[in-house]
Amino acid sequence: MLAKRIIPCLDIKDGRTVKGINFENIKDAGDPVELATEYAKQGADELVFLDITATNEKRKTLSELVTRIAKQINIPFTVGGGISSVEDVSVLLNAGADKISVNTSAVKNPQLIKDLANQFGSQCVVLAIDTKFENNDWYVYLNGGRVKTELKTLDWAKQAVALGAGEILLTSMNNDGTKDGFAIDITKQISETVNVPIIASGGAGTMQHFKEIFEKGKADAALAASVFHYKEIAIPELKTYLKENNIEIRL
Amino acid sequence: MNVSIIKYNAGNVQSVLFALERIGINAVVTDNIDKLQTADKVIFPGVGEASSAMKYLKEKKLDEVIINLKQPVLGICLGMQLMCRFSEEGETNCLGIFDNNVKLFSADLKNTKVPQIGWNTIYDLKTNLYKNIIENEYMYFVHSYFAEISENTIAKTNYGLEYSSSLQKNNFYATQFHPEKSSDAGQKILENFIKI
Repeated sequence: MLAKRIIPCLDIKDGRTVKGINFENIKDAGDPVELATEYAKQGADELVFLDITATNEKRKTLSELVTRIAKQINIPFTVGGGISSVEDVSVLLNAGADKISVNTSAVKNPQLIKDLANQFGSQCVVLAIDTKFENNDWYVYLNGGRVKTELKTLDWAKQAVALGAGEILLTSMNNDGTKDGFAIDITKQISETVNVPIIASGGAGTMQHFKEIFEKGKADAALAASVFHYKEIAIPELKTYLKENNIEIRL
Repeated sequence: MNVSIIKYNAGNVQSVLFALERIGINAVVTDNIDKLQTADKVIFPGVGEASSAMKYLKEKKLDEVIINLKQPVLGICLGMQLMCRFSEEGETNCLGIFDNNVKLFSADLKNTKVPQIGWNTIYDLKTNLYKNIIENEYMYFVHSYFAEISENTIAKTNYGLEYSSSLQKNNFYATQFHPEKSSDAGQKILENFIKI
């Protein structure tokens, strides 16, 4: 049976791993390649690297980092942050990334999803959505959570999958950094509506939270950053715990 | 050891190159017919769409070259599907090395999403490709189409239904999963292939 995936996320700024709370108060959290190697050894199923300061000047640094990571680790990884064109994606995939994620640029230009899916295949196109619950619904936010849109998250997820997104990385801004657990309701809603895998993100604080997001939230994968970076949860223990709770997990 | 990776328009070539480097093999990526024919081992990777990949192979006359290779050949992912007879993806006549059809995972299969992305188990392992690999080991898969079970099946996987996650006939080997991305066990499979 297909296993549920545990995905550590590394936010990258100027070639270093960083972590903020609710997208703010950025702190240094180490060397990405070193951390990636460590996570792979501990049994991470996949890794996500989000370049939170991706600008054109930084693009080359990022592709060099991607190559260093690809040479070193033997599990799949996704790279995201500031990707806005087929050319950006081509560079990153050629550098050794397995998948890329798009966020703001896809909302501004949904055709990008279609172009990427046609050119590289849906399997490497991850749609990242930053979402916030307010006025009784979940809305899509852009630019790392700074810009609100009127787009409803469920509608956007459906549209993006129709355009060719192969996976959805859903981050709840209400939950991110709180360590109070993942956003179960919206994750479940999207997972049951679209037929592509959903990666739940934001809010992981305990091992039970992972169990809940798989069982109740119907997530296919769970992503977290700080609980892994700051060694509050060890990946081998987490995976053993989930296995003991009858969740399909690769040990 | 002289390993050639087939260069065409559907490669995830970097990952395969890096994985080989990790086991001490410096492979070359080439569409040079002579280099492919004289290599000790040939790897046929692939991520992409079947019909455009086949069209490209035919234009470059690589289709004839591949089916006539005599040394061990390893197809990976789309590479494996292209080695089958026919793929529903783009209604494509493929290389026909394996007499298998390649079909789309149906969205009605129980609890399955398409594409299948992630780690699934392989079992009923046969041949030296799986030497020292335990039954039900996890491998990393990313695909929407699958090869049916046949007499050439050397590993099976279940995703709503049972299908061939690996095929072998004569000198031709193939895996639907990505050994280059499947952690230490995947690396072991690449090492096994190099030793065949």
